[in-house]
Amino acid sequence: MQPPAALAIIWARAGALWLGAAASWPPLTPISAERSGGSRPFSGFSRRDFLRGSGAVAAATAIHQQATAAAQEAAGTKVAAGKQTITLNVNGKDHSVQVEPRTTLLEALRTQLDLTGAKPICNDGSSGGATVLEDGKPIQANMRLAMQCVGKKIQTVESLAGDAVPQAFVDCDAQQCGFCTPGFVVAVRAFLNMKPKATEEEIRAGLNGNLCRCGTYANIIHAAVQVVKGGANG
Amino acid sequence: MADLYTWPAADKATAVGKRVKRLDGPEKSTGTAKYTYDINLKNQLIAKGLGCPHAHCKITSIDVAPALKVPGVVHAEALRQSGNEIEWQGELLAVVAAETEGAAREGVAAIKVEYEMLPVFVEESNLAAAEAAGRATKGGGKTQTAREPGDDDDEDEFIAKEIERLFAESAHVVEAEYGIDPITHCCLEPHGSTVEWQGNKLVAHLSTQNVSGTANGFATPLNITADDVTVHCDYIGGGFGSKFAPDYWGVAAAKIAKATGRPVQLMLDRDQELKIGGWRPSAYIKAKLGADKDGIVQVWDSSHWGSSGAPNPGGVNHSTIPYVFAPPNYRRTQTNIKTNHALARAWRAPNHPQACAITQVALDDLARKMGANSLDIFMKNLGTDDKPGVAGAKPSVYKAEMEVAAKLMDWNAKWHPHGKGPAKGSVVEGLGMAIHTWGGGANNSTCTVKVHPDGGVETFCGTQDLGVGTRTVLALVLAECFGLPYEAIKVNIGSSKYPVSGPSGGSTTVGGVSAAHRRAGQDAFQKIAELVGKKLEVDPKTLQAVGGRVQVAGNPAKSVSWKEACSLLGMQPLEVKGENQSGQRSDLTSSQVGGVQMAHVAVDKETGVVTMKKFVAVQDMGLVVARKQAESQIYGAVIMGIAYSLFERRISDPKTGAFVNAELKDYKLARLGDVGEIVVEIYEPESERSRGVIGLGEPPVIAPGAAISNAVCNALGVRVPTLPMTPERVLAALGKA
Repeated sequence: MQPPAALAIIWARAGALWLGAAASWPPLTPISAERSGGSRPFSGFSRRDFLRGSGAVAAATAIHQQATAAAQEAAGTKVAAGKQTITLNVNGKDHSVQVEPRTTLLEALRTQLDLTGAKPICNDGSSGGATVLEDGKPIQANMRLAMQCVGKKIQTVESLAGDAVPQAFVDCDAQQCGFCTPGFVVAVRAFLNMKPKATEEEIRAGLNGNLCRCGTYANIIHAAVQVVKGGANG
Repeated sequence: MADLYTWPAADKATAVGKRVKRLDGPEKSTGTAKYTYDINLKNQLIAKGLGCPHAHCKITSIDVAPALKVPGVVHAEALRQSGNEIEWQGELLAVVAAETEGAAREGVAAIKVEYEMLPVFVEESNLAAAEAAGRATKGGGKTQTAREPGDDDDEDEFIAKEIERLFAESAHVVEAEYGIDPITHCCLEPHGSTVEWQGNKLVAHLSTQNVSGTANGFATPLNITADDVTVHCDYIGGGFGSKFAPDYWGVAAAKIAKATGRPVQLMLDRDQELKIGGWRPSAYIKAKLGADKDGIVQVWDSSHWGSSGAPNPGGVNHSTIPYVFAPPNYRRTQTNIKTNHALARAWRAPNHPQACAITQVALDDLARKMGANSLDIFMKNLGTDDKPGVAGAKPSVYKAEMEVAAKLMDWNAKWHPHGKGPAKGSVVEGLGMAIHTWGGGANNSTCTVKVHPDGGVETFCGTQDLGVGTRTVLALVLAECFGLPYEAIKVNIGSSKYPVSGPSGGSTTVGGVSAAHRRAGQDAFQKIAELVGKKLEVDPKTLQAVGGRVQVAGNPAKSVSWKEACSLLGMQPLEVKGENQSGQRSDLTSSQVGGVQMAHVAVDKETGVVTMKKFVAVQDMGLVVARKQAESQIYGAVIMGIAYSLFERRISDPKTGAFVNAELKDYKLARLGDVGEIVVEIYEPESERSRGVIGLGEPPVIAPGAAISNAVCNALGVRVPTLPMTPERVLAALGKA
């Protein structure tokens, strides 16, 4: 029985890290608690539990940095297990959320903060439906564990309500069913932050990480061009 | 009385036909629009299904108990039992509901199922293999010849000889095979529901194209009555013909909610959505056409085949073959292949895109063979309004649209005979075209319009918005009736407790809802005009609503404000019902449109990559209500067409039957950079506008396949016979792969 794909991917990523880590940490002793001055390490942790998703996960920052085990150790890799309360900074405010190691940022945003603008469309980051900003950079919220985002500034589409981009989407009718629209709005915002004077050619080349099934691309191009021309672009 | 209800003339209309912003655009663009997947109810459980990993098997044992041991899992239930035969991959065998998505998935993974494998057949393009496997059945056909058999003739023998004779006498004969692979609906919001029980009443948030018509689908299997079910769908993330019923997984969600006493959300996973959420039948054809020396087709002979899955073998209906063009003599047969796939569902313009893609390519191959301009060949085969050579729209409409499209494409200046264009390095360019038709008659719809004494206007209608802009359409229609800005109209749709409106399928929604609302709006205004007439001491028939006032036509001095007019209603709001019946003849709606599309592509002969340069879509849709949204729908249809022409297909492993590309990284759709320049032109002269509203959703998605295939053929000089025209297939057609 294959695990569902979304988790498989997360597990695969985390697993790959762990396989690398295992050699240098034979007893898999959590080390962070001591380093960070905690009273005692978590107990009863095993790699099997970790892979089952009910155990612990290495500190999220290390996962996407793809650091070596040694580097992680040096950097103070942290192990967490079970349900945790963490603080996520979303749209300028700190929120306490209850997560498991396997909880994705997308799930935390949608089910705990009721910020449902970012959408669960794919399991592999290929749809762009879950695009949010992390410290100003676009990421796929379904490809990040919530724990990885502690200490980061997360911005969702809901924070862009007064922005020129959603306004341009409305002006240019760049939406039909609208399910992909929030992801696209964030992606356009991020792209134009990076290239405020983007030409139409650059827009056509630079916004291919998001999928739309209704076929709103033509109007999204119009909208992005309008934002650039309107000068309301940061 | 029907003729009392009319649309205003084009130069008098103040709202209908205008370019306005989508009424719910801000909600959709800022993430506040709530879809079924976005509903978070208190104590809600997340349910996930276990999809069958095999395309054909028998369950020998199924045990959901291990799932219940997973922390966080609250409920697990088998939907299929030991002994059940499963005929396609992805079918849900069990469901698990848990506190979190992660726990639900872990629970699904813990379920133990054992299978006995059964023979698989998924090679729908391979007729010989299907016949050998006993999977092919006759699907009907039709023959027509201009000359009729004599009394003494054996009919079959006569027709066979007649067809043979017609081909022998043809100046030009084209004989070829073409095909179009299956694609899925791939709704970005998968099928599913979020349900809760309030006592014995079920409240179901359902991603549906059929708000008014699904209560029964829940009620019957749940042993309750439909009046105890409320279906809500404020927003739906794509349907395209696949979301008309609760489906068994919707019923399963309701049962789990009942068993656990908690709300339940069950949305299909992405791969499940692609495997069981709906797909479009494939179609492959052996075709032969014979034309006279002028290139006018005299005889058509074809046999086509394809699959619509295991439960009910079908395929593209032969009645659409050859597509639009109706030669005087034809013979066509259909063969249905049973493959191990879930049942296909209606996909935007059922039958038409495939029929167009596998037959209008033959007309273009005729042009290629003759060294003729494809536009001339298409034009010549239209016939005349008195003696049409085409079905659907009038030849004069297609002709006029071809002229408009040719101008927008600059067709004649760019045209070169097939394969004879200049090359820039390894890149050659080409032009292609195709034409299409669709009915799009107005559906049943009822609505309740309320005008409040303070001037507020609201409507209630059990319709839905698939992305068409239904709210905007209704607001524009009522704004026109009352002389108000369209933003002032409060539109309430998406609940089965509102007046019944038809399912959104077959491009029938905008016609139905706008006719019902026009009637309600005109009736409501008549009542208000009577009150205002009394006050102003004028004949109510002379009054009109314009610019927020009710005034004597042509005499703004004799007027009252809309608010003042409504205050004459007294304490109670005015409530008026509006109705449209499917098939009802009136000045407000009609049916049968035509469209012409032209494609300009560049093809790299070294890599086989096809690039869209430009696409022109000219479309008749009768009277336009919401112009900007109508244009969006055409853009979208063209882009969907580009996807199935160049990128998109379901790939089934012939040995295991597995749908191997059922994730979005592998299921290739067009992306923003793939679509080139698209030019949309709505053809709305008075002759067409006066026909009233006709549905638009389906028609523009029909012709892209043939138009783009023809453009690639014009570029290369050889046909890439099967869609999508992937680089591999382009190279194969060039003899390079």
